[in-house]
Amino acid sequence: MSVRYLLGRVGLALLSLWGVTVLAFVVLRVIPGDPALLMAPVGASQADIAEIRAQFGLSGPIWLQYVAWVWGTVRGRFGKSLWLQQDAIRVILERLPATLELALAALVLAVAGGILVGVLSVLWRRTWFESATLGVGTLGLSIPNFIWGLLFIVFFGALLRWLPISGRIAPDFEMAPLTGFLLVDTLLRRDPGAFASVTAHLILPAAALALPLLAVVFRAVRSDLLTAVNEEYVVMERMKGLGELRIIFWRALKNALIPTTTLVGVQFGFLIGGTVLIEAIFSWPGIGQLTLAAFQYRDFPLIQGIVVVYAVTVILTNFLVDLGYAFLNPKVRYA
Amino acid sequence: MNTSEGGSAPLPTPPPEGCAGKASARTDASLLKRRNAKLVGGVVIGLVLCLAAVLAPWLTPHDPNRQDLSAIRQPPVWMGGAWDHPLGTDSLGRDLLSRLLWSSRVAVMVAVGATLCAAVIGTPVGLVSGYFRGRVDTVLMRVVDVWMSIPAVLLAIALMAVLGVGLLKVILAIVLVDWTRFARVIRGEVLALREREFVEASRAIGLGPFRIMAEELLPNLVPLLIVLASLEMAIAVGVEALLSFVGLGVEAAVPSWGSMIAEGRGYLLVGWWGMTLPMLALVVTVVGFNLLGEGLRERLDPRLRTEAAR
Repeated sequence: MSVRYLLGRVGLALLSLWGVTVLAFVVLRVIPGDPALLMAPVGASQADIAEIRAQFGLSGPIWLQYVAWVWGTVRGRFGKSLWLQQDAIRVILERLPATLELALAALVLAVAGGILVGVLSVLWRRTWFESATLGVGTLGLSIPNFIWGLLFIVFFGALLRWLPISGRIAPDFEMAPLTGFLLVDTLLRRDPGAFASVTAHLILPAAALALPLLAVVFRAVRSDLLTAVNEEYVVMERMKGLGELRIIFWRALKNALIPTTTLVGVQFGFLIGGTVLIEAIFSWPGIGQLTLAAFQYRDFPLIQGIVVVYAVTVILTNFLVDLGYAFLNPKVRYA
Repeated sequence: MNTSEGGSAPLPTPPPEGCAGKASARTDASLLKRRNAKLVGGVVIGLVLCLAAVLAPWLTPHDPNRQDLSAIRQPPVWMGGAWDHPLGTDSLGRDLLSRLLWSSRVAVMVAVGATLCAAVIGTPVGLVSGYFRGRVDTVLMRVVDVWMSIPAVLLAIALMAVLGVGLLKVILAIVLVDWTRFARVIRGEVLALREREFVEASRAIGLGPFRIMAEELLPNLVPLLIVLASLEMAIAVGVEALLSFVGLGVEAAVPSWGSMIAEGRGYLLVGWWGMTLPMLALVVTVVGFNLLGEGLRERLDPRLRTEAAR
């Protein structure tokens, strides 16, 4: 990988980060009135408001406010959460593993499921199965995450009672976090019961989060495979007597990788955004669940922290995806 | 944002090259039928929705906000309810059918309003970016990149929290989040179009860049814009429902599927219909707009004609 490419990508990521700080700053300061008034509790005196203004650096010229805010953000200082009375960044980092675990589980489900369904729908093309996958693909794409979540809660949680619909782990298995990733924690503690409980709790929210992305991956894989199955060398392989399954699987795993990688990079932002509602619906103790509460309490330090952490996660993922893409596709590396 | 925002990717899939062989075994007739099925489904759902929205005041048996505490959580007729409330009532005794119909007004207004505004902002950005390329393109697309690195749902919720609730504010929030979608796709298309002979010819006879954009490029973008718009309508309806679901959408007095879902969730175990019926309305609407978009794409984009054959 050329140094230039790497530097370019790093520059882009830094630029995006800078842009996000500007956006977060502008959205919260400039659009409506005085944030100090918004933050102040009902019946606050002028002195209280002045104090809030001083505490959050809301006095002085706007550019100085911005510089001070960015300097604080770089050091992870968003101030004290008004609602929880703790350092905002600490609250966020404590909950970050829960959100990442959910998002990663959904990502794995979406990619693995999308590739599998894509392969099967091409392998069994012109059967009822293909039509079914196409229908499900349209549904998966069009229906928003939170509706999937609510549907799952009604069917698998309330009616069938197959899977738990709230929290990350059954209360009897509660434990002090090691890494914060409960799947890893329970494995480290060699506690199969707890591991099973974590997995069961993870399935519904992760599936709800994954479905739209799964549909996108499925379509990409399918379209790529459909082009492939008629190419000359595949026809050649078929004539050599290779089985259809082997041809498609070999082809799929090799060639669907590159488009899927970029796609996942683009779509990861949607996935991360989806955690806000999914966590609220499934009482998942991550940042997403925190977000709605933070807005309800007008907890600006917490909100700023959440927006920045979410954006950093997305930017970092896109950066890694770009690197992965260059690694897989030599053409990009030297372009 | 489909959400997911559902995150539907409006980019047309690349055309398959030389898809002879097995794929074309299907006759053109069955090909046409299937493409039409999507389009017809989408158009029918869209028409029903518009009719419901326009005719809501005449169709509804009750005032959607009239509470009747003597008749709360009544089941639909097929579950033993009374004909007075065909689809039952919610936990304040409000008629569900009336509320569902009135909610379609919000859905239509958000779908049309947000989509039009997002297109009006995003299209010129995409045109300028794709036509001029170079620095202008770099700057504009970086802005779009940065914009998109804040998750759409989060941005929409943040904007609503700052703006306050209300129909126009919902539309504004959706536009501020989704204009990038138009800018991105239009730019890609313009990058390809600007190399075509008819554009070169216009340049050769001395037409200015903005005239070329308005008179030569824009008309060629219409099919793509129509497709993008139908897909965007689905997204806009979904986002409005999401915002109303968390209480950051339209005013509480205005019925909306999102807030109905949230209310119904509160008494889910007593009456499943309170949450399920608005969810069904929302799902049918969103799927309808998507079918419309996909059907139109297959019809309007000649490159995709062959692919539809599969």
